[in-house]
Amino acid sequence: MELVLEGVSKAYGTQMALDGVSFSVHPGEVVALVGPNGSGKSSLIKAIATIHTTTGGTVSIDGRDVRAIDPIELAMLLGYVPQGFSYTLYSTVFETVLMGRRRYIKWSVSDEELSRVQRALDALEMGQHAAKFMDELSGGERQKVFIARALAQEPRIFLFDEPTSALDIRYQIEVMETMRRITREQNSSMIVAVHDLNLAYRYADAVVVLNRGKMVGYGKPCDVLTPDCIRSVYGVDSFAVENEYGKFIVPFRARESSGI
Amino acid sequence: MSDPSCPPGSAPQPSVNTLYKAGSRRRIILIAALLLGVVAAAILSAGIGTVSISPEDTVLAVAHACAVSIQNFLHTYLPAVGSWYDAIPFTVPAPSNPQAELIVVGFRLPRIFLAILTGISLAVAGAVMQGLLRNPLVSPFTLGLSSAASFGAAIAIVIGPAVLGGLLAIGSNSFIIIMAFVFGWLSMLLVYAISRARGVNQATLVLSGVVIGYIFSAGITALQYISSNEKLRDLMVWLMGGMWGASWGAVLLLIPLTLIPFFLLERMAWDLNALSAGDDVAKNLGINVNRLRLSGLMISTFAASCCLAFTGIIGFIGLMGPHICRMIIGNDHRYLIPCAGLMGAAILLVSDTAARTIMSPVEIPVGVIMYVLGGIFFLFLIMRARGRGLY
Repeated sequence: MELVLEGVSKAYGTQMALDGVSFSVHPGEVVALVGPNGSGKSSLIKAIATIHTTTGGTVSIDGRDVRAIDPIELAMLLGYVPQGFSYTLYSTVFETVLMGRRRYIKWSVSDEELSRVQRALDALEMGQHAAKFMDELSGGERQKVFIARALAQEPRIFLFDEPTSALDIRYQIEVMETMRRITREQNSSMIVAVHDLNLAYRYADAVVVLNRGKMVGYGKPCDVLTPDCIRSVYGVDSFAVENEYGKFIVPFRARESSGI
Repeated sequence: MSDPSCPPGSAPQPSVNTLYKAGSRRRIILIAALLLGVVAAAILSAGIGTVSISPEDTVLAVAHACAVSIQNFLHTYLPAVGSWYDAIPFTVPAPSNPQAELIVVGFRLPRIFLAILTGISLAVAGAVMQGLLRNPLVSPFTLGLSSAASFGAAIAIVIGPAVLGGLLAIGSNSFIIIMAFVFGWLSMLLVYAISRARGVNQATLVLSGVVIGYIFSAGITALQYISSNEKLRDLMVWLMGGMWGASWGAVLLLIPLTLIPFFLLERMAWDLNALSAGDDVAKNLGINVNRLRLSGLMISTFAASCCLAFTGIIGFIGLMGPHICRMIIGNDHRYLIPCAGLMGAAILLVSDTAARTIMSPVEIPVGVIMYVLGGIFFLFLIMRARGRGLY
């Protein structure tokens, strides 16, 4: 499915959270959203998921405006994992993941649905925690459960808002690897907001750089994530190193906050 | 799952399928046990009082009364079926205690039914409200709904005769219910508006609910002060909360008014489950969150108001029932809603039986017992919640 954003804007009063963002996502593609805190990454993801209404521009899937798509159909197309997540004390891991199948469950839960939940949990190596209560997990494990819920939803487009923020470095790599593999296999797409530029660099096919609601860069990671770009957006000096494992960005110094 | 490299002796991981089915079975057994418990409590409660009646006599009294009324009904309206019915070579024996039928069916059962129905309504409303507002401390009482609905009922009692004039008694019952619902809904809309305001956390929401409750309680007190003497006792009942309003008329009216909302709310169970993942995720799962919230609040308010119109302010039952059930049965609303309802019924029935017997022949209002029990429970919840979160 082809996701196209055209001039997407969102205003809170006079403040522009998003200002004319346009890009498109093709099937099988991973797009990373990067930018400093408050640059509009979450707003953009919520605008795509129709959780927030936009004040300008359109988001369309295969030429259909998302606002015109029935919410129930949209639930089968888009799988969203929020940044701040909530859960209930007395729910188990698999019950939480089962929610991803909400649209396919009428009342009782079929074996088929349960096996999809199992597969989602196994994909993230969370099978052994299936019976645990959500508050018995570590922050990182909990985050994986929410990713598993989106996986169980089996959407065409994944929308992840900093899905790896609570994960340790090993899990960050594992989760990103898994998600990219699934995206490729299913020919679905994935839009992921990340803070770690190296994750964007390694796993994204395209990067969208946001700064104060405006899109200031869009393209292949190696073309976009340059030291110049990082300096102007984040106010941080960095350099790139290249070795046999690829190219890495090393931020090393915050610039004097002159004028920002 | 069955990893060949897994060393022998380590337990294999149960699959989601096994876990889900075992969980469902356990929950159904729990609900069935609770249902049996409520029935047993009802039979025992009907036997306890100034005149004590054995459980056998209680059952016989009910069965006999049913058999006789079926017979009378058939003979009056369907004589053909009636003669066929008489031909059945089995009759229900009358209870050994000749007073049993009058005491059990005439006096105690309506009250027991009212306690059960009120317990179900309030606890189901509490469970649904907690799910809808994602706040563990909300319930019909803590959101001020109990006081508001009682205030509406009190107004209806005071001005009812003037407004309705010579209408039938059933008319005045519906007027009381309608007024209770109108005021109950008013308080819920207020709470809903507050919950949508920015920067409102769980505690402030409950705090505003408690304040709304105070305002309406003050209204009842004011009505009591200005109204004429004969109605004063009636109004006292609404403020204290008790089962004195019980009658077969009220019970027959409340049965559908409790069961229909229950089934409507039970149908929302999956959406309530999804809502526990937060508003944004629920929206992403295709749920119209605002509509779910408003309709769920309206239906649960209606169920609670109907019962409160007959009982007055009954506190905390909508908080205790759902919480105890969440602990034993989990957060799946398909099971939580019926479980909470039965738990509420059991707690209220036992409390009301205690209320009318512990100081016999003096009765204390069950509302007072609920305040004490519920207050302690509420404190327990808050103490336990420290640093752990509640919901």
